[in-house]
Amino acid sequence: MEVLKIATAGSVDDGKSTLIGRLLYDTNSLTTDKLEAIEKSSRKKGFDYLDFSLATDGLIAEREQGITIDVAHIYFSTKKKSYIIADTPGHVEYTRNMVTGASTSQVSIILIDARKGVIEQTYRHFFINNLLRIKEVVVAVNKMDMVNYSQSVFDEIVADFKQMQTKSEFKDQNITFIPVSALWGENIAEKSDAMSWYDGETVLSHLENIKTEDFNEISQARFSVQTVIRPKSEKYHDFRGYAGKITGDSLKVGDKVTVLPSLTGSTIKEIYFFNKNYNEAPAGSSVTITLESEINVARGDMLVKFDELPEQTKILNATICWMDGKALLPGNKYVLQHNTNSVLAKIDKIDTNISTDFSGTIQASSLKLNEIGHVSIKLSKAIYIDKYKQNKENGRFILIDNQTNTTAGVGFIN
Amino acid sequence: MKEILVNNALESEAIYIFREVVGQFENPVLLFSGGKDSISLVRLAQKAFHPAKIPFPLLHVDTGHNFPETIEFRDRLAEELGLKLIVRYVQDAIDDGKVIEETGKYSSRNILQTTTLLEAIEEFKFDACIGGARRDEEKARAKERIFSVRNDFGEWDEKNQRPEVFDMLNGRIEIGQNVRVFPISNWTELDVWNYIALEEIEIPSIYFSHEREIFERDGLLWTASEHVYRNKEELIETRNVRFRTIGDITCTAAVESEAVGIEEVIREIRESSISERGARIDDKRSEAAMETRKQQGYF
Ligand SMILES: Nc1nc2c(ncn2[C@@H]2O[C@H](COP(=O)(O)OP(=O)(O)OP(=O)(O)O)[C@@H](O)[C@H]2O)c(=O)[nH]1
Repeated sequence: MEVLKIATAGSVDDGKSTLIGRLLYDTNSLTTDKLEAIEKSSRKKGFDYLDFSLATDGLIAEREQGITIDVAHIYFSTKKKSYIIADTPGHVEYTRNMVTGASTSQVSIILIDARKGVIEQTYRHFFINNLLRIKEVVVAVNKMDMVNYSQSVFDEIVADFKQMQTKSEFKDQNITFIPVSALWGENIAEKSDAMSWYDGETVLSHLENIKTEDFNEISQARFSVQTVIRPKSEKYHDFRGYAGKITGDSLKVGDKVTVLPSLTGSTIKEIYFFNKNYNEAPAGSSVTITLESEINVARGDMLVKFDELPEQTKILNATICWMDGKALLPGNKYVLQHNTNSVLAKIDKIDTNISTDFSGTIQASSLKLNEIGHVSIKLSKAIYIDKYKQNKENGRFILIDNQTNTTAGVGFIN
Repeated sequence: MKEILVNNALESEAIYIFREVVGQFENPVLLFSGGKDSISLVRLAQKAFHPAKIPFPLLHVDTGHNFPETIEFRDRLAEELGLKLIVRYVQDAIDDGKVIEETGKYSSRNILQTTTLLEAIEEFKFDACIGGARRDEEKARAKERIFSVRNDFGEWDEKNQRPEVFDMLNGRIEIGQNVRVFPISNWTELDVWNYIALEEIEIPSIYFSHEREIFERDGLLWTASEHVYRNKEELIETRNVRFRTIGDITCTAAVESEAVGIEEVIREIRESSISERGARIDDKRSEAAMETRKQQGYF
């Protein structure tokens, strides 16, 4: 079955968790015990309605404070599709968790509180969606019940959003605006009678009609070796297979390949998936590849087609989203993880800090938690890169703090 | 064979995760309970490293309160695949006075497993423990990363997890820490069952309908066993049942079922969830709908 991966976005209390809870409820995905728990705690809190956000706020601290701190992954399915929704926090403080949730998603649902309209967090989250190059965006204008289901309020917000969109550099987006009331389930799975002026789809029917095959971006095939398989058994005495995930485009038996960084050439002899041999394997598949010639290949190496070499570089220019409490400063050293390869990295220069409201860039000398900026980085060894624009998998990396081992930032190669 | 591989995204993701574990850690272990999730994990690990053997051992934390079928199954599987099986017993921790056995109506050794697990991790210096937990199981689980770091005390700092972007898994840890790894994080219960059917994976017989001595409590069917507390009013009867999950005998309830094959089990799980939820949700919906109107008047 088709799987659609979605992430929510929007400011605190815009109703992200409520919208997801409502989707679960309206698709009969909440089990009896979960529903009872929601009823019970809603009553306990003195609400005269069901607080669906309780379906997703899984941490005690979250329920106590009534906010989402970290991403929750929620699963439900209809006859047509399986859905994975990342419910992300709206708080600026937890933007890194929003990035975590959004990074694996194909669709973003940005919520806007109808009473507040387009605000700073809307800009920020739309900016992050653009940075990640999420193509399908749904803007759900929520809490329409609190503005008398007014069409003019909705139209105004749509106009504001579109104005912001013109400032964005990423133009291949499909943006759909839907007026909703998550709490009362209006235009979530069922059309709202109160908003008869709206003749578009509900959130659910829009999601149902999205074609997931449109998300497969074909670029150039890249195969990062995760581990080398050497059975040393009698039957497979000389077997030497390279295990990894194909990205970008498919690979075939007989393809002439170059192994990076050694630049040795060879030809694909076999493509294994478990105990079967295939002639061709698509992007996204985890396979084991053997080569015609015996050459030295190790974890961190990359196989590419001989006439599709990525760029070799020891200097990176990247847009970095900083996710650590300790600021990113020139001269700082990190471990840079690029696919299965790790090298040491030194921050050379922080060029600019990018305003996430699309108002441009400003000079900067550091990047603090949740800030985004253009950074140049020097590497201890050359790596083979693509631009994130051209090849998502080979155009991104993470920076790991040497002392704490935490993932401190994520980078998109320009 | 001249064929094009058809990719199964969930399967490829799990295989990718297994390979990252072997690529990034010195001394991983697969936590094996004998249930359907860990059996599926073993199949995925086979796929990840074929034609080599699975390059890490299995660890079973044995509560001593098992279904005998699970233990037989466990031993046979390890033997067939030539895997090292490590078993550590909760009973030992009880005998040594490290943990105290619960008593009473709902007593179970389920939570006592933690001590034994942490000791095994220390004993063997495991740096990555692969488990079959899924995000759809439980609210707090829905929050967990695929590589989830634990400190020296085995604790999860849930409010301060590492960002985990794209498929880039960061397994760097300090000595003494370990990482819990969840390759089937993104699978649902039905995904696992469908996979077992598709792959024709053998699972313990108690997942299928069989005659069993049970008794009813709180609307659930409990196994009659010397390990399970039962009072005089709770009468034993024989019924056709199967198990939906297999864990410790003291906390695993059976469901009535006539399903003898995997397809029937899958159908029952599908349908039961609909009737289980569906009927009730309809009730509640009309209630909420009424409230909606009230509330709309208010606004
Ligand atoms: N009236 C009205 N209230 C709503 C609606 N949607 C959500 N709410 C309320 O708004 C509050 C916040 O909702 P949440 O779903 O927790 O918001 P959130 O966006 O998930 O918040 P964070 O995750 O902390 O960023 C709750 O009290 C909801 O009941 C709506 O459509 N109408």
